[in-house]
Amino acid sequence: MDDAGQKKVDEIIDRYLGQEGILIQLLLDLQNEFNCIPKDAVSYLCERLEVPRSQVYRIASFYKAMSLSPAGKHTVLICMGTACQVRGSQRILDLTESRLKIKQGETTPDMAFTLKRVNCIGCCSMGPVILVDKNHHGSVTSDGVDLILGQYG
Amino acid sequence: MPKLTADNDLKTLRRELLFREGLKKPRVAICAGTGCIGLGAKKVIRAFEEELKKWGLDNKLEIKETGCPGFCEKGTIVVIYPEEIFYIKVKPEDVAEIVEKTLIENSLVERLLYKDQTTGEKAIHENEIPFYKYQKRYLIKNNIRIDPKKIEDYFALGGYSALAKALSDMAPEEVIEEIKRSKLRGRGGGGFPTGLKWESTRNAKGQPKYVIVNCDEGDPGAFMDRALMEGNPHSVLEGLIIGAYAIGSNQGFIYVRMEYPLAVENAKIALQQAREYGLLGTNILGSGFDFDVAVHRGAGAFVSGESTALMNALEGKVGEPRPKYVHTSESGVWNRPSCLNNVETWANVPLIIGKGAGWFNSIGTDQSKGTKIFSLVGKVNNTGLVEVPMGMKISELIYKIGGGIPEGKRVKGVQTGGPSGGIIPEKYLNTPIDFDELTSLGSMMGSGSIIVIDEDTCAVDLARYFVDFLCDESCGKCLPCREGLKRMREILDEIVAGRGREEDLQTLQDVAGLMKTASMCALGRTAVNPVLSTMRHFGNEYQAHIKEKKCPALSCKPLISYYIQPDVCIECRLCRESCPKGAIDGTERDVPVIDQSICTKCGICFEVCPSRIRAITKISSMSISGRSNDPPSAAFSMERCSPEDMQ
Repeated sequence: MDDAGQKKVDEIIDRYLGQEGILIQLLLDLQNEFNCIPKDAVSYLCERLEVPRSQVYRIASFYKAMSLSPAGKHTVLICMGTACQVRGSQRILDLTESRLKIKQGETTPDMAFTLKRVNCIGCCSMGPVILVDKNHHGSVTSDGVDLILGQYG
Repeated sequence: MPKLTADNDLKTLRRELLFREGLKKPRVAICAGTGCIGLGAKKVIRAFEEELKKWGLDNKLEIKETGCPGFCEKGTIVVIYPEEIFYIKVKPEDVAEIVEKTLIENSLVERLLYKDQTTGEKAIHENEIPFYKYQKRYLIKNNIRIDPKKIEDYFALGGYSALAKALSDMAPEEVIEEIKRSKLRGRGGGGFPTGLKWESTRNAKGQPKYVIVNCDEGDPGAFMDRALMEGNPHSVLEGLIIGAYAIGSNQGFIYVRMEYPLAVENAKIALQQAREYGLLGTNILGSGFDFDVAVHRGAGAFVSGESTALMNALEGKVGEPRPKYVHTSESGVWNRPSCLNNVETWANVPLIIGKGAGWFNSIGTDQSKGTKIFSLVGKVNNTGLVEVPMGMKISELIYKIGGGIPEGKRVKGVQTGGPSGGIIPEKYLNTPIDFDELTSLGSMMGSGSIIVIDEDTCAVDLARYFVDFLCDESCGKCLPCREGLKRMREILDEIVAGRGREEDLQTLQDVAGLMKTASMCALGRTAVNPVLSTMRHFGNEYQAHIKEKKCPALSCKPLISYYIQPDVCIECRLCRESCPKGAIDGTERDVPVIDQSICTKCGICFEVCPSRIRAITKISSMSISGRSNDPPSAAFSMERCSPEDMQ
């Protein structure tokens, strides 16, 4: 990890110093900052906080919001909540997989997109929903998938 | 800003605010909830800002970015005050007209008003729209009236007066008595009496005690907690402070799932503003009561919404449940007495304290009191959040408020209670909704998602979907849940693929029975509900999949095929261009033909075929269960569909 990276990690740790039960919050901040939880950051964090590495990896591998491998520039989330499901989100997922030529959970080789399924983002009345980064796209139709991906390509 | 140090300060402040802001002052309220933002509300807001500036009205008219008023189907919602003109489906390009016609000329933009589909009548105000007319809104009523990022808006509508009342006029025990008398039951799913939970936490030995807001709304299809936390966070916070006072707690937590970034943001802002006004911190409103709250973000785990799992997560551990031999009211966060309630439960508290238990008690059914917010979604015309008294019939929800099923299709049933609930078939739709009625039908209230399904949804596939969902979300700590779900998924996968066996149904029952008795937490114990309820109410569909290898809903991919009807097709070739696999061949023919050996049954051709033509048909029958390219029906020309043609 370079100096700038380490400074960022220090900043994040400092936000929580002295508080109890903050490990998940801290890792979420790391995830937001680096778009993944870098291995170096884990080692550094464990040293500074005197936490066993296994504990950090246990949390980071349990939660869906955290990833230990680097994600693509854009994260495409396909909502697979029930409301989206009954309105055809499986088809939207299939189509997105075939367009990006990756399966859900994977990242395109050019690191442009990471595709994930998500179990409900609470926009049930506009399903099926695709969330790209922080932008919601609702009532997505099959031909809409290309248009949406095109905006970020 | 000055801290409020007594009940009277709050009253004076409210009078000042009302005088300064004036409820009659013209303003534009624009829904900036996640739903409407997804539909472009931010652009609408910007357009209003620019347009008002253009007309020099930016100082005279306030633009209020509000929370979600529930009618998400018709977003972006814009309400013009003081006349309360309710505009729907507002796009940025409509804004200039609204400003010119409504704000300046005082006339209506007719095309943006709600129009009744049957009578053709237009509705100007919220309460004239059937979607709202049949609701009783107490919890989400104020969402469109306040900016959730401004505590003053909440004050102006009487906010925090219930807290003032509790702190100055009531002893903690009296508050608990009042909640017990109201018969409020937990809105997160279980329906446990809230007053009893508070009482046992108050009586439990050990200090400090904790109070917790559960906003880890994981049930797919439910978003009422999101709407409350985003749209009116102070109503939840007020309830929490009252609860803390009653229980004797000085530290609270708001646990919000990270999938709701706006709820996290608004909750944090609400806490900060409440601190500035002295509604959190030491000696709240001069009562001598100290209390503060922290926000914790969830990190994407459905099981973390379970009370013990959530408490583990608050401690910074993995959000897995632990056995509940000892109730969390006695030993919760850091083994201290902890009281966890759902967002909606907390939001009910100020209403009960403010208006009295008798008022609350007068609404609802015998055992389920008050109103409940439901998310009415799926195959229904008016989707959104609805708040109705407990005891309303499901059919009234679907037809009176929801406006029926799109495209004139037949309703098959409703799915309630998320992955822990079940599917209630059409014949029971006249059942009144309350905690006990839904449980007796093999489903449950859950957090209040009502997902309407029509004839196109396969009951077996929906059960498989939930089992798959829960396989993904089970923490894997206890064996019955971890292995039981996997085995059920395997069996259901086989059934929807047309490879089910008669004895599978019994095996499913056996596995379900075991999971129900032996799983550690509610996730595993209730995970069997979608399977058992569909087997109970839609047994014929299971039989059709197993015996006839057919999917009556034409939904299970391995059991269906798509065909192009040559006599209907107009050869527009849209389907051929859209097919992601290039399975539609038609270069040398007049009418395209689907190559069944390549077709993945994604259904895109079916979707893109113009609705006035509908040349593509879906078929499910034994002869096409993937073993043969024979045409499924004599209705099609043998020549076009012969195996040679398919190659």
